[in-house]
Amino acid sequence: MTISEYIELLFNDYTLRTISIGTAVLGALCGMLGSFAVLRKQSLLGDAISHAALPGIAIAFLITGTKNSNTLLIGALISGLIGTFWIRGIVKKTHLKSDTALGLILSLFFGFGMLLLTFIQKMPNANQAGLDKYLFGQAATLVENDVWLMCIITGISLLTIALFWKEFKLLLFDADYTKSLGFNTSFLEVLITSLIVISIVIGLQTVGVVLMSAMLLAPAAAARQWTNSLSLMLVLAAIFGGFSGVLGTAISASSNNLSTGPIIVLVAATFVLFSFIFSPGRGLLFRQIRFWKNRKDLELYKTLAFMHTIAETHENISHPHAVKILNNFQGYTKKSLQKLEHLEYVTIKGAMWSLTEKGYQKAKNLYNQQDTVNE
Amino acid sequence: MSNRTAITVDDLTVAYNYKPVLWDIDLVVPEGVLMAIVGPNGAGKSTLIKSILGIIKPIAGSITVFDKPYKKQYDLVAYVPQKGSVDWDFPTTALDVVMMGTYGSLGWIKRPGKKQKKAALEALEKVGMLAFKSRQISQLSGGQQQRIFLARALVQNASIYLMDEPFQGVDATTEKAIINILKELRKSGKTVVVVHHDLQTVPEYFDWVTFLNVKKIATGPVKDIFNDDNLTKTYGINYKVSVQQ
Amino acid sequence: MSSVQIEIQLIASLVAIACAIPGTFLVLRKMAMISDAISHSILPGIVIGFFLTEDLNSPWLILLAALTGILTVILVEFIQKTGLVKEDTAIGLVFPALFSIGVILIAKNANDVHLDVDAVLLGELAFAPFDRFLFNGIDLGPKSLWIIGTILAITLTLLITFFKELKLSTFDKSLATTLGFSPVVMHYGLMSIASVTTVGAFDAVGAILVVALMIAPSAIAYLLTNNLKKMILIACYFGVFSAITGYWLAHILDASISGAMTTVLGVLFLLVYLFAPNKGLIAVLYRQKRQKTEVYLLTFLLHLQNHKEESERHVQHLNEHINWRTVESKSILSLAKENNMIKIENDIISLTRKGKEFTTEAINYITTNKSTAIEDMKDRFFLFRG
Repeated sequence: MTISEYIELLFNDYTLRTISIGTAVLGALCGMLGSFAVLRKQSLLGDAISHAALPGIAIAFLITGTKNSNTLLIGALISGLIGTFWIRGIVKKTHLKSDTALGLILSLFFGFGMLLLTFIQKMPNANQAGLDKYLFGQAATLVENDVWLMCIITGISLLTIALFWKEFKLLLFDADYTKSLGFNTSFLEVLITSLIVISIVIGLQTVGVVLMSAMLLAPAAAARQWTNSLSLMLVLAAIFGGFSGVLGTAISASSNNLSTGPIIVLVAATFVLFSFIFSPGRGLLFRQIRFWKNRKDLELYKTLAFMHTIAETHENISHPHAVKILNNFQGYTKKSLQKLEHLEYVTIKGAMWSLTEKGYQKAKNLYNQQDTVNE
Repeated sequence: MSNRTAITVDDLTVAYNYKPVLWDIDLVVPEGVLMAIVGPNGAGKSTLIKSILGIIKPIAGSITVFDKPYKKQYDLVAYVPQKGSVDWDFPTTALDVVMMGTYGSLGWIKRPGKKQKKAALEALEKVGMLAFKSRQISQLSGGQQQRIFLARALVQNASIYLMDEPFQGVDATTEKAIINILKELRKSGKTVVVVHHDLQTVPEYFDWVTFLNVKKIATGPVKDIFNDDNLTKTYGINYKVSVQQ
Repeated sequence: MSSVQIEIQLIASLVAIACAIPGTFLVLRKMAMISDAISHSILPGIVIGFFLTEDLNSPWLILLAALTGILTVILVEFIQKTGLVKEDTAIGLVFPALFSIGVILIAKNANDVHLDVDAVLLGELAFAPFDRFLFNGIDLGPKSLWIIGTILAITLTLLITFFKELKLSTFDKSLATTLGFSPVVMHYGLMSIASVTTVGAFDAVGAILVVALMIAPSAIAYLLTNNLKKMILIACYFGVFSAITGYWLAHILDASISGAMTTVLGVLFLLVYLFAPNKGLIAVLYRQKRQKTEVYLLTFLLHLQNHKEESERHVQHLNEHINWRTVESKSILSLAKENNMIKIENDIISLTRKGKEFTTEAINYITTNKSTAIEDMKDRFFLFRG
């Protein structure tokens, strides 16, 4: 199937359209809230919550006997919340560290969930199939109602973020200061955590418990590389998340209905990889280029500073000195001398050089500027 | 100096995990002083400031700011936390951080407008950082970051300024600039309380000092109480003041 | 019990022990989530290894997959060093990506690969005994038993040989470095063992449950002891216990063995979390309540010592100035009285000689930051404790 065919299908096929809108909305929501998780240094909490949701799904099914996704999601929400609070309890009241608490809840809840799932599979009940999709996600099973739910949750999240934007930003940056200004920080924290938990839970059907956390982290981590503004970061994360969703769904739908979770995650990971390397501000490629350039500049300035110390010994700063003197100096090369002349810091006459007024001032300010210009 | 008291701390005891860090502190900070809190590491200096601000809940005692509980006086107190307490890689600009100083007076939900931006720009100018207003905060030097924090507190336009080690990790120029601003604040009748490490500069910078080491050792004018006796009591070793007063 | 059942329980027990040993060190080094990362990211290694060797039990496959695990650690550390994202995020980015590659590889080659997604998550412990290790036509038992047994033997040898070094580099990195034990070697050594063990156990219990077997027994042991040797032994004990109990639970429910093992571990952890003698929730809450009373009492005594004026020592003052609720102040007051620390005359409280001595000593201990010594002091002065 070519891209144009797929796009045509997207407009004609009602199911495919529903699914694509659903994954796009989900990706955007997770990207947005994931930015908060990343900045709060709670990246792995999402992983623990999503795994902890599994037994909730199984228990909800055992109790109600329906595959109605909303019922199952309520089960997931409850057990996800229990997991979250238990993690807090372990970290607060015992000496176990947060990484152990996360790993514990993640694996124990998941193991219990798997026990229940295998138990359900063996039950003589024709209705049981389909819980597997919560492991790796199956976007194809999304129906219009699911998409509506996602839209409503996204709407509520957007509204909350817009309403408390100032407070969230303040809290994320400096919690103590937020308290000192009289804001109720526990309220804000509960609000953020609840939004994150809810968004994880509604994503389970599409991405699955195993990989849901990447859906939160990857778009946010990619977005962070392109901007230094929180609002822009959220917007970019939403865009990256949305695109990962749509592209992932497209690839998965066009190749034999592979589970959507892994594919969406790989698309998002590609965004991250690209951002890590190519973002102009922070990316590794440009960082390396800047590093080389700085090292060159530094050598140049070292030479200039050395010339300055020589020139200072003379009353007239532009008094000519022999190039020979520089030979003992390690930063000096013929090329750097030419560069300095090109910048009009020195003039060269034969085997003699002299500092210009401009060069003298530049050298004098070199150390003061180091503070402010070369961070 | 007026006769009003800015901060009254009464029988304050603070404990982390029920391990006491501050014991039965009584402290009166008169309005209009520039006060240093000195003491060894782990003496509870930051804890004292955080308790005054209501960030830490004490297990006993009471604190009033201009004779009312802090909860009713948020707008009268500005806070400069330790520079290391925040993540400087946070995606935001210098101006944005300074704007945060206006959030308290705005209250919930309301967004900052032109008036707040103007105030923030003025504060940036005062600390000599106007040229850096759009800089991402991780691209600032330690001294510049500290100036941004100071500007954020200045924007609050408070009566009392509580600062946690504002001179830590800053260059000499910044230290001078900061102390000049603090002295200016005192001149205009504000009260400034600073957690301070460098004992050498206490007589030069401050007019009031509190010695703290879990218990309060002494508090009063620098010229009266900044002496070997109190230093020895606070730091536990024989201490000689090397700076002439 | 049939021989198959015994073999399954034997394999499960060996897996549990093999996981508990590196797990203990991971928990102590605050790297528990690294085991999560490794267990996920070895999947592509296993799949590719399977394409090459076509034998899930081949030692080459195990080495290749373990290499992927170590690569993950290196990759995570590389990303952390770039400072582009915060520490945890690096872990959270790397393993889902690698795991996804593994899952897709399996799905794409579903016909060729004798691996399915369920096996990835749960392992196939129940089938382990049917893959026999034959040598010259002699049946030497299940292959998995040999594999995990070999891994365990290597782990044990290394543990015993390098116990001192491991201990030192875990608890005091800088001392280890000055003594010439490179923490880097220890770190990667541990990571290698963790990776190899994860691969070996993967076949039996699946990706995520390996994490449970590494972390949960160690966390349980951590709550029960402060001694490293005991911690390892207790972790092994609980691991084996969960393996055997889990097997029978699965047998009764006709469900996944590894899921049942994890569930047993979960229940055990819950019990220990609640009831562990010193570090359990109930013990902690009880101790905190007592410490609270003690700190209140000390505060109160110190206050009396600091203030000679009668207005500060009036019974009413307790409520007004110290800002305590009436109930608390009453219980503190009676506790101090029962221990003969104070006397009350006309509602004015003053310290007795014993009270003064106690307060002075207490302040000394606290200002010199030797708060441990205070426990012994409390034993000397107190008859009744709150």
